[in-house]
Amino acid sequence: MTAGDGVTPVGREPAGPTGVPVAPSGSPEPPAPARPGAERAVLRLARPYLSRLLGAGLLAAATEFAGLALMATATWLLMSAAGRPPLDRLTVAIVAVRALAVSRGVFRYTERLAGHDAVLRMITDVRARVFATLAARRETGRRTGDALSRLVSDVEAAQDLLLRVLVPGAAAALVSVLAVGVAALISPPAAGVLAIGLLVAGVALPALATRITRRAADEVAPLRGALAVDAVDLTHGAADLAAFGATGAALAAADERAGRLARLERRLAATGFAVDALGVLVGGLTAAAVVVVALRAGVGGVLVGVLAVGSLAAVEVALALVAAARQRTQLRAGLARVADLLTEPPTATPQTTAEPGTDGHDVRFSDVTVRYRAGAAPALAGFDLDLPAGRRVAVVGPSGAGKSTLAAVLTGAVRPDTGRVTAGGVPVSEIPAEHLPRVVGGLLAEAYVFHATVKENLLLGRPDATEADLVDATRAAGLLDWVREQPDGWDTVVGEQGGQLSGGQRQRLALARALLAAPPVLVLDEPTEGLDPAAADAVLDSALAATPAGHSVVLISHRLSGLAGLDEIVVLEGGRVGQRGRHDELVALPGWYREQWLRQEAAERGYLAITP
Amino acid sequence: MNRRPFDPRLLRRVPAARRDLAVLAVLGGLTALLVIAQATALATVLATAFDGRLHRPALAGFVAAVAGRALVSWAQGTVAARAAATVKAALRADLLGAVGRHGPTWVAGQRAGQLATLAGRGLDALDPYFTGYLPQLVLSVTVPVAVLARIVFADWSSALIIALTIPLIPIFGALLGWQAQAATERQWRRLSLLGGHFLDMVAGLPTLRAFGRSKGQVDVVRRMADGHRQATMKTLRIAFLSALVLELVATLSVALVAVPVGIRLLGGGLTLSTALLVLLLTPEAYLPLRAAGSRFHASMEGLTALDEALTLSATDAPATTGPVTAAEPRRPAPAGRGEIRFEGVTVAYDRTTALRDVTLTIRPGDRVAIIGPSGAGKSTLLNLLLGFVAPTSGRVTADGVDLSGVDLDAWRRELAWVPQRAHLFAGSLADNIRLGAPDTPDAALAAAVTGAALDEVVDALPDGLDTRLGERGHGLSSGQRQRVALARAFLRDAPVVLLDEPTARLDSASEAVVLDATRRLVAGRTALLVAHRPALLAAADRILRVEDGRVTELHATATGPAVPR
Repeated sequence: MTAGDGVTPVGREPAGPTGVPVAPSGSPEPPAPARPGAERAVLRLARPYLSRLLGAGLLAAATEFAGLALMATATWLLMSAAGRPPLDRLTVAIVAVRALAVSRGVFRYTERLAGHDAVLRMITDVRARVFATLAARRETGRRTGDALSRLVSDVEAAQDLLLRVLVPGAAAALVSVLAVGVAALISPPAAGVLAIGLLVAGVALPALATRITRRAADEVAPLRGALAVDAVDLTHGAADLAAFGATGAALAAADERAGRLARLERRLAATGFAVDALGVLVGGLTAAAVVVVALRAGVGGVLVGVLAVGSLAAVEVALALVAAARQRTQLRAGLARVADLLTEPPTATPQTTAEPGTDGHDVRFSDVTVRYRAGAAPALAGFDLDLPAGRRVAVVGPSGAGKSTLAAVLTGAVRPDTGRVTAGGVPVSEIPAEHLPRVVGGLLAEAYVFHATVKENLLLGRPDATEADLVDATRAAGLLDWVREQPDGWDTVVGEQGGQLSGGQRQRLALARALLAAPPVLVLDEPTEGLDPAAADAVLDSALAATPAGHSVVLISHRLSGLAGLDEIVVLEGGRVGQRGRHDELVALPGWYREQWLRQEAAERGYLAITP
Repeated sequence: MNRRPFDPRLLRRVPAARRDLAVLAVLGGLTALLVIAQATALATVLATAFDGRLHRPALAGFVAAVAGRALVSWAQGTVAARAAATVKAALRADLLGAVGRHGPTWVAGQRAGQLATLAGRGLDALDPYFTGYLPQLVLSVTVPVAVLARIVFADWSSALIIALTIPLIPIFGALLGWQAQAATERQWRRLSLLGGHFLDMVAGLPTLRAFGRSKGQVDVVRRMADGHRQATMKTLRIAFLSALVLELVATLSVALVAVPVGIRLLGGGLTLSTALLVLLLTPEAYLPLRAAGSRFHASMEGLTALDEALTLSATDAPATTGPVTAAEPRRPAPAGRGEIRFEGVTVAYDRTTALRDVTLTIRPGDRVAIIGPSGAGKSTLLNLLLGFVAPTSGRVTADGVDLSGVDLDAWRRELAWVPQRAHLFAGSLADNIRLGAPDTPDAALAAAVTGAALDEVVDALPDGLDTRLGERGHGLSSGQRQRVALARAFLRDAPVVLLDEPTARLDSASEAVVLDATRRLVAGRTALLVAHRPALLAAADRILRVEDGRVTELHATATGPAVPR
């Protein structure tokens, strides 16, 4: 009778008795096996806030206890009043009833504030730690939007573990113990009966609920995942299905699966809600048994009433552990992922005494091989390249030839399987991650534009840049006019993931940032992607002109236009150097470059011929 | 936020749920009666126990009432979950069925994403609504009414107190809900900025690392997260206030009822069993309302999903694209070997006109390239032939038969289509090629694979043709996907081939392979090729230019230089 609960604006939905967690929409969850130490790893971060959490737990217990005591005291009041004692013998009870009524609400309010405050403090640490772990990784795989939002909701799982599992669970356990203790003062046999009831409600039923919830999730999750895939196929593939007359069959398959899911859910509900029904039964039976035992033990009539009503309320409190158990089951996948991040051993950064010198940035690839998957064709195969300081080189080649892998190896994002890459004689893999960008860096694939001002985004390249530096870099990238047109100028906020910018502007901003950073070895991976041909040529020219003399440039490009001014062009084919030379030389020789150049030229001229 | 707790459209759309909901209402009434029975029996037991005696019939009655409540609560949960499963299955069928009914043009774009999310996992958010909120909503009507009725007979003054305080719960709930919402909205901009920051930083980590700034940002992340905490706490202080008030109303009412009843007992104006009955019943009157209130929040997502699903599946196809289903019996389809004619065809969409008064004839065996700026109406020409779009005026005929009104599935068997970006389905590579023809013999499949130059791709895959492709064909490059689409077309072996810029997104090396396969495919068939790159033009013997919805024929001499190979 005291299970009511107000709104909880923070956190996810509680797991229902069907016990099937509602996964965030999106692609199917990757399997995350339950990890035994996951909760402990997360809770270790709660240690600094232990006293706050303890306070919240005690307040939660006080809330539940006040509710229980309110009903028990009111019963005592009524049953004592029936014996017609003088009024002053009841005043304490009357005051107690009123005080308990007020205090329950107040306790609840403070408990929630204290609990959320402590947990949000801890979450701050979790976020910082997760970020630090990710930041310490030298190599990263790409993260999809789904994986990112899952990361955010996983962090919230740590929050739910405390707010929805541990604090209410601990409070329920504490109140149960207290209730048995108080009952023992009145009648030990009755207390024994109550203890049994509470053990069933607070231990056996939660264990049962956990098992049922797990089994249900294991059965339902694959079917829900498959149905989500069906939905994607039927909508995004609608035209393909219709054109090939396969819509009917696909619909029938999806309907059949949806029907199977519905049947499964109906079946699971029957067992899931049985736990709740048992909870109701346990409460009533405990109260009835307490009455019988207490009367047999000769307990006074008033106290029998107090015991009976108190037992009903206590079992109700203990049943909160069933909800906590369900919630906990739902959290395990997210917690396991967070724990993996929190306990990840720091990447062994090779200790190096070899600080790279400030000059002598000769880059040398010797016999570099990179293979992304065992058995797959290598992305780079025994690749050799000498790049004396100050040289400007373009790397071209068909898609999949290894251009981006070359950039990734050079910037330390990918470690070669064999061979080595040196900058100034020092292997790139031995230069500390913080120092490397001062030697090799620039505009890499998937450059990210942060939700911050234009200026803040640019200053990432060089934090001490003056306004004149900013002007030079943005002019070279062809973004200066746009910046000047903005009412807020440099302080214009570019939206989430650069959403307020067009694709071309975003690319120019990233290029300007790379030019501002101006490392001695500047890597430009498709710097003009997303720009129309005329703009691409202009931007490439001005960017190369803006690079200080003496700095090396590695330009990776699928367009062959504008490469005539470079010192050398390296044609990558199948992870090896196919051809190399200057533009004029390569155009004169038969081979991929010449063919591709003619093709691209013809493409533009052919177009002009048809498009008056 | 001001959403109605129950959407009446649900009953119209999913009649199968009516019975379950009716049962839920009956069970709600039954619960109310059992609550009263349980309290009455317990009050009697305790009043007798006051004299040290055990009232066995009353105790048995109490246990029976409890057992009844357990059974009813089980039934309630089960029925609610059944209703949820029924409604979800029906809405899923509705949503996906709408795709079949309205055709691919209706689904395209944003709607596809919305539909996929809803029909996939979105509707599962209905579970907490049905199993958590709805039963409590029923109880919050039946239980207070029954309890009040019972207490009026026992002690009308207590009933008066309850009757006056119960409405405070929804009223305060609504008032404070608005208050909290206003406060939340004030904080929202700040909160979303801060909350998004963590995501932003993680997403941009490769870039931070590339500039050697990743470690320095840890402190920034901590600072921003701390700001997030402070802002959240400000909001929570107000949001939790509503819970406080609701809690106070409920517990204070118990005190308001218990103390006067106790004092009247003292004066002998009331029997003990009546007093106990009032005490035991009073909290029960408030409980369902508070439970429903607390679960409303958790079921919001489900209600939103329900609203979207009901709205979406009720949407009619825009009149311009016409009904393109093959549901009713239609005229038999013409043969694809006949002449295809567009006669004064205009296609108008909501905002734009894709084709204006187009008249042209395609003779059997013609290989027609279609060029023109993007958005000029090139794809619309193909969509007309595919029956994805119907002419707003004019008609399209094949072999003299008007295509509107023919059995579209049969007509499409005369067509093979290679879209710009083919969708690959979750399933094996072989299943993807055999789309629409699952019983194709292996020999025909192998021929199609060879025709589309897929052999080397198949050989490189771990399980060959039986390799399962991930969602949306992840694992294959764009060039490989296009070859799968070509293989589908080879397998179709249809007299008319429609190619929509099959090489638009490919690099030159993949383009060359796809082009060769394309040439093999169009040989001896009628072909319409939407072309962007000149290389494709070499495969055509007629060139049509589409610009601003109008089609003009170019003469073969003006096609420009042949592409060197």
